[in-house]
Amino acid sequence: MTGKRNVIDTLPRPVVTLLSSLVAVLLALAICGVLLLVTGKDPLAAYRTILETGLTGNKLLEMLKRSTPLMLSASAVAIGFKMNLFNIGVEGQYLFAALIAAEFASRISAPPVLHVLLTLVVASAAGAFWASIAAMLKITRGINEVISTIMLNFISLSVMQWLFDNYMRDDSDGGLRVTTTEIAPSGQVPDIVDGRLNGMWLVALFVVFCYWLIVFRSKFGFRLRSSGLNSTAAQTSGIAANRMIVVAMLLSGAIAGLVAMQSVVGEEYAYGPQATPTGFGFAGIAVALLGRNHPVGIVVAAMLFGFLDSTSAVLQLSGIPNSIVKVIQAVVVITVVIVNEATSRYMNHRTAEQTAAALRADKVGT
Amino acid sequence: MRCGCVALCRGGVTVPQRGWVWQYLSMPDSAANGSASANGTAPAVELHNISKGFPGVVANRDISMTVERGTIHAIVGENGAGKSTLMKTLYGLHQPDSGTIAVNGTEVEFGSPSDAIDSGIGMVHQHFMLADNLTVLENIILGAEPATGGVIDSREAARQITELARSLGVEIDVNSPVAELGVGQRQRVEILKVLYRGAKTLILDEPTAVLVPQEVDELFENLRRLVDAGTTVLFISHKLDEVLAVSNRITVIRQGTTVGTVTPAEVTRRQLAEMMVGSDLPQPEPRTSEVSDRVRLEVKNLSVSRPGRRDLVHDVSFAIHSGEILGVAGVEGNGQFELCSALLGREHSNGTVAIDGKDVSHASVRDRKNAGIAYVPFDRQREGLMLTSSLWENNLLGQEEKFTKYGFVNVAAARAACREVISRFGVLTPNEDVPAFALSGGNQQKLVVGRTMSMNPAVLLAAHPTRGIDVGAQAAVWEEIRTARDAGLAVLLVSADLEELLGLSDRVIVMFEGSVVAELSPRDATPELLGSYMTGAKVAAR
Repeated sequence: MTGKRNVIDTLPRPVVTLLSSLVAVLLALAICGVLLLVTGKDPLAAYRTILETGLTGNKLLEMLKRSTPLMLSASAVAIGFKMNLFNIGVEGQYLFAALIAAEFASRISAPPVLHVLLTLVVASAAGAFWASIAAMLKITRGINEVISTIMLNFISLSVMQWLFDNYMRDDSDGGLRVTTTEIAPSGQVPDIVDGRLNGMWLVALFVVFCYWLIVFRSKFGFRLRSSGLNSTAAQTSGIAANRMIVVAMLLSGAIAGLVAMQSVVGEEYAYGPQATPTGFGFAGIAVALLGRNHPVGIVVAAMLFGFLDSTSAVLQLSGIPNSIVKVIQAVVVITVVIVNEATSRYMNHRTAEQTAAALRADKVGT
Repeated sequence: MRCGCVALCRGGVTVPQRGWVWQYLSMPDSAANGSASANGTAPAVELHNISKGFPGVVANRDISMTVERGTIHAIVGENGAGKSTLMKTLYGLHQPDSGTIAVNGTEVEFGSPSDAIDSGIGMVHQHFMLADNLTVLENIILGAEPATGGVIDSREAARQITELARSLGVEIDVNSPVAELGVGQRQRVEILKVLYRGAKTLILDEPTAVLVPQEVDELFENLRRLVDAGTTVLFISHKLDEVLAVSNRITVIRQGTTVGTVTPAEVTRRQLAEMMVGSDLPQPEPRTSEVSDRVRLEVKNLSVSRPGRRDLVHDVSFAIHSGEILGVAGVEGNGQFELCSALLGREHSNGTVAIDGKDVSHASVRDRKNAGIAYVPFDRQREGLMLTSSLWENNLLGQEEKFTKYGFVNVAAARAACREVISRFGVLTPNEDVPAFALSGGNQQKLVVGRTMSMNPAVLLAAHPTRGIDVGAQAAVWEEIRTARDAGLAVLLVSADLEELLGLSDRVIVMFEGSVVAELSPRDATPELLGSYMTGAKVAAR
């Protein structure tokens, strides 16, 4: 009986949120259209190309494939966001993890499924280890995690280069290979659709599901969110702030460790400075913002980014600079943040008014 | 007498070295207050029947006061009495729901602080708003740069500021970065900044909160010079000593409305304290209870220290028995908050704390909570609520252990628990899904109190449990606390409401500057007696 009063006058909050995100995306497209016009390109032609090439079967599969690392990276960032921790170090964490996991996988022999599972566990552990450095710095020395994770990105790259050049590089063919030793077939994850979509996509979806379960449904998640919403109140009610920082950072790093695994165990079967993709750590921040740290939002946002990425090669063929894709992604993030802020203010106001109205109605009724 | 002085200074002839300053200071309002200059006697500021409400709360109600020009006019009241709301109204940060403001005899309406500044009203906030890496000069002229053709005339600005500083009696190097200045000097920069914009009426919000005693004396000396030169100062404080020392007139605000305006000569500190805390509030009926011999909370030699400062809590010892309410009286800011924080385990302290005979001196917040301690916070929004979360999630905070199965929150049970709190404590809300910010302050408080009581604590730390809630709810909260007390709860009750304190408590201790200065039976404690202990006027051997 009580729940019904809220929906009387307009749409429920999730629908409004969804609509506002849609408006933000359209707004971003309009802004980028102006940019294209200014540079002398036809925006409609560009968007038509994006849609026409993007909406073919193969491209849609590519979109899903490209969304895999983005979903993982965004979940890693979002866990931090949920308690006001800004993990900008996903980049360094996943690259470090990719190297360690690739080396590990190439050195062990195990039955098929177990081999992959062990590799993924090692990747998560390596990512968590790298993230734990920032967590320790924060709780023991009070160092802001934004600074430390950014710097650890650089340290990660140097450490990896040293490890790779001296210990992990596969020189069996006379030094021509610039990757680690190839992982045996038992450690390789098969494609769902040959050459188009790898099994790691399902793993990523599963991780997003776990993210939802842990953050939105578990006791730990409740404490995490409480700490993020009001750290003083959380501490007062007995939630140990330092422990939450460490666990959140470790979880974030563990998920981050999986970001490049689609490449390592699903495509290249090795780590290589050129072979392993970079930049997903930062793209994940944008996807998490766009998806508002919500699991469904993250999946949708990752697909949107994957979709835009998948069309970028074709754009260039039709004479439109493919950097417009990056511009659209960037502008979308900005418009979404702005539109969401406006929407949430409006909605908060509406909720307050509706509550007051409901109470007045109650009083009149009785 | 004071008017004479103002006229003298305004002439700008008798004190030639200050000539420019007075010209400058009188410049901005010369247009607005033509009438005032004509009849020199119009008050600097008049407030008539100002009321201001926020959703669910009336912050100011029918406030009227008159601030004479060239005086230091203090506004005193407890935290939460509505002083800051009133000053924000006067500074144009928000608009009153009703009532009028007149500056120099002319009625004004302030849409924003810049309107207030144009009328010659400036505000120095409690928390400084200076850019650390800019110089004193840059900070002062920021937003009001004297420029010719887009180029800032630093030399002219420096000259003006140095003159202003001299008029205050301050020596300041306008080129030193603010980062290098001490707190007292930063405050001077804030004051200069406001004067530079032509303020004739200065609002100082708790200016002494951040200063050490010598700095306070210096500030007062500066302020006296200012008012001698015709500036008006509105001084917000709850420190009665200072108010009595520096002001010409004192307006007391309690529960959002003016209690009265007095001069320092006609009141004692004790009388002022009584005006501040009041004695005409709904009164909880004293009721005898069975205090058992069983000690539930024992505190020995508890101190909370800060390096280089006086102890915030100094060597406090007491015991609370099962079925007993121990009241803590004291003007806010005398260590009550830190005492509660230390007992909760939120703040590092020395000394021992035992709950039901179990030593928890070094235990974490959660362990102490599990040992039976519960807390109704001083500030419900900062310490108790997640404003954007639903009521049931807020109710879950702190008892998530109880509503967890296999690591996952039992949402249905948590909701049911919240509904029970809502009905038992009469929280006015359509349902438990409403976010906490949508509730009025009183209903938020009821939820927080209800959540705390539903945890069935052994020891309750209740800080202002009925602050901001309506009279009916107040009685209900009192009844809940009493019932729990009768069932064996030990309560530490911190309250600014003396009637509440005396009506509920079985014993009362008084805190002053971090120490317990007296222990009384509520039957012997009159508001007058308490007031004198609370302000340090009287110290009893315990």
